[in-house]
Amino acid sequence: MPVTISIPAPLRQFAGGQSQISVEAKTAGEALDQLTSTHAALRRHLFNDQNALRNFVNVYLNDEDIRHASGPDTPVKDGDTIMIVPSIAGGAVIESEVAQSLPELSNEEILRYSRHLIMPEVGMQGQRKLKAASVLMIGTGGLGAPVGMYLAAAGVGRIGIVDFDVVEESNLQRQIIHGTKDLGRKKIESARDRLRDINPHIEIETHEARLTSENALRLFRNYDIIVDGTDNFPTRYLVNDACVLTGKPNVYGSIFRFEGQASVFWAEKGACYRCLYPEPPPPGLVPSCAEGGVLGVLPGIVGAIQANETIKIVLGAEDLMINRLLLFDAWTMKFREFKLRKDPKCPVCGENATIKELIDYEEFCGVAAHQAPQPETKLEEISATELNARRLRGDKIQIIDVREPHEFEIARIPGTKLIPLGHVVGRMNEIDPEVETIVHCKGGVRSAKAIQALKRAGYQGRLINLKGGIAAWSDDVDPRVAKY
Amino acid sequence: MITIANEQLNEIREHGVRDHPYECCGLLLGRFSAEGKIVQETYPISNAREESAKRNRFLITPEELMRGERYARGRDLEVVGFYHSHPDCPAVPSQYDLEHAWPTYSYIIVSTTADEARDLFSWEQEPDRSKFNPEEIRVIRG
Repeated sequence: MPVTISIPAPLRQFAGGQSQISVEAKTAGEALDQLTSTHAALRRHLFNDQNALRNFVNVYLNDEDIRHASGPDTPVKDGDTIMIVPSIAGGAVIESEVAQSLPELSNEEILRYSRHLIMPEVGMQGQRKLKAASVLMIGTGGLGAPVGMYLAAAGVGRIGIVDFDVVEESNLQRQIIHGTKDLGRKKIESARDRLRDINPHIEIETHEARLTSENALRLFRNYDIIVDGTDNFPTRYLVNDACVLTGKPNVYGSIFRFEGQASVFWAEKGACYRCLYPEPPPPGLVPSCAEGGVLGVLPGIVGAIQANETIKIVLGAEDLMINRLLLFDAWTMKFREFKLRKDPKCPVCGENATIKELIDYEEFCGVAAHQAPQPETKLEEISATELNARRLRGDKIQIIDVREPHEFEIARIPGTKLIPLGHVVGRMNEIDPEVETIVHCKGGVRSAKAIQALKRAGYQGRLINLKGGIAAWSDDVDPRVAKY
Repeated sequence: MITIANEQLNEIREHGVRDHPYECCGLLLGRFSAEGKIVQETYPISNAREESAKRNRFLITPEELMRGERYARGRDLEVVGFYHSHPDCPAVPSQYDLEHAWPTYSYIIVSTTADEARDLFSWEQEPDRSKFNPEEIRVIRG
């Protein structure tokens, strides 16, 4: 009697691609025998070596499990339908299987990683560990560039990149993951393309986002190791706390001018960033790279150290930079190392930790308060276009540039007087209080500070901050003024 | 290769953490294509079962699977694989898993602890049933 057997989707490849097959049979067992004699490759997926139906394979005759009827002897009649349905098993793992379960390397990969494979410290096992590893890079700037490129080249199987910026001309002096052709592109896309070019065997996940208290834990959970390539204190504390809360190692690096720092903060094994720096510096005390500058090769060196430590963590190396802070001075070419100790009173990783969830890091670092001055000290501002209009109208104004002399060398707004921020109070008498004064710097931060300092020092004249500094002037008024 | 949105991977991880210390499980609904499987949605299977059933190591009964398949068909999808968690164990299939699987399907396993999901891998059975191969997961945003 003709009976129709529905072939489940995953087994159709063993049944000539058919989804339904008709067979002549008197019982369900006979129908399956018929099926597997015409399609022999199907048999091993339905029956075990003892020729019994595999225990996870269930056979339904018109929606009834034949185990509840007479099993294989359940009679079938003309027009019946047989369905084959698996049950899905789960189960924990036996330890010895873990090693076998690391992903295999293809011959191409073996060739690619041969310089690793011939070292016993890495070997096949280590290279497979690298392939199974996942690393999340925060930022694809100066530090992220070498980190990403070396980790990709080393064969770290899954690399996540978080960034929200676009590639700008001033990045290219150090962010070697991006090229001139990438100007204006999203950094995550430019970085992804570069990493793919370096190693097509790995997976790259892009996260176009600013790292925040809302998304950090979710992102971090998906990776084994976090590499901090950020350039500001709020994000650095955020990365640290999120690593402590998710139990992930934080491979830390930071750079400024000619000096770099590196360490591995891993709360389960040693100090975290807060054990070293419980409080952020007052806002504005430590200038950013945009304000203070950085030697282009410095992040290359520090980032390469971060990549090195990341790879060691994956390989299970012993001498990690845990409880060690490395200081590097590129100008004197000296490395120094400090011992760190876990602080038992650390608010995030100590015995009685008070920080159990992520906080507002802008507020913690005083940035929010710093950027939004109190109403009584409200800063008067002017845009570059407005300032230009006033100049052209012949308004009586004076413009004070509070940048450093070497910055003045690079670019200047015509008709300005240079008084660097550090001297502005001492040379207050050079600024005529009878005339309206516009104060500017590179981006508007230092000039705001200068205005505050002058007001505190008792300056009586009217002070107006140029919004966006000379950079805005270049963008909106005169593109011939170089941006830097 | 299996293509899946990051959001769905996170749903799987969250399900795994929620059900810890028990194993969680669910279906992957989508389409089989020339480039592998494309997951359109996850279909969590309820973990509300008897203690004894939790020990019998079958996570998804055929009835539940058929229910899921009916739901999938209604949305013009197919069951392309399954996910389950390994509480406090690595995200690699066991010998037991191997004996109870079919080729072509994706078997996503996520390793979980009480408060987080750790590794997540997808596995595909070799057509001769000899082993599981790691399957490439292509993550898309969504």
